[in-house]
Amino acid sequence: MTKLSSLIAGIIFGIGLTISGMVNPQKVLGFLNIFDDWDPSLMFVMIGAILIFSPLHFIFKKKSRPIFAEKFIVTTNKNIDKNLIIGATLFGAGWGLAGLCPGPAISSLSFLNTSVYIFVLFMFLGFYLVNFIQSWK
Amino acid sequence: MNIINFTPVSAFAGGSLIGFAAFLFFAFNGRIAGISSIASGVINKNENQFDNILFLLGLIIGPIIYSFLGNEIVSVLTNSIPLLIIGGLLVGVGTKIGNGCTSGHGVCGISRFSLRSIIATITFIITGMITVLIFGI
Repeated sequence: MTKLSSLIAGIIFGIGLTISGMVNPQKVLGFLNIFDDWDPSLMFVMIGAILIFSPLHFIFKKKSRPIFAEKFIVTTNKNIDKNLIIGATLFGAGWGLAGLCPGPAISSLSFLNTSVYIFVLFMFLGFYLVNFIQSWK
Repeated sequence: MNIINFTPVSAFAGGSLIGFAAFLFFAFNGRIAGISSIASGVINKNENQFDNILFLLGLIIGPIIYSFLGNEIVSVLTNSIPLLIIGGLLVGVGTKIGNGCTSGHGVCGISRFSLRSIIATITFIITGMITVLIFGI
């Protein structure tokens, strides 16, 4: 059953990304372009998502277990370490170059556009490289 | 700074749907809807591998349903191969090292009042803004 809920949550997430305009890299770059012509829309996407997810998740968290899965899997890592800062910095740079982050990049695969395929291919290569290096240590 | 192309209503509506999808994934699967973690969880063996694949499939189906309902989707992505390759790699490597992206840290992490996620989000937004300032849109 977790497979069904994964698919449905993914579909609703994808529709949300589309309605919000975040599948359009120009809109994301418009938000990052704060020193010139600024499009604040992305901030409203985050506010909308947080206003819904935050209270609902705090209420539901009190339950002993999720509906389909056996337990809640939430990270307990609270360290503000150098990996967090280096990772977020590299991610921000890539985000600012192409205007795509992982969610919209995957959703955009539906547009059958070669540029998106190249981006997603190299994004996965990036995951793989880090996995490879971490397993090597 | 001039405000342009601002679409607060669709941004907020789409964002709310994203928040709701994240809640469904939490309530049914007990997991945080961080797309970079879900996507990188597709390429290594783990118990949720198939759930992750279905979530990504949902992300791709979302925009298809939206356009099938008669809505137009605008998406303008660079066709510069170097930008796509470097951008994709940085997003993949950065989100893997930093354990999260716009959804995992930006939406879910902030909703959970995680200081780690708040710092990551501020970091990647500022780096993204600096990148756009340097390289342009």
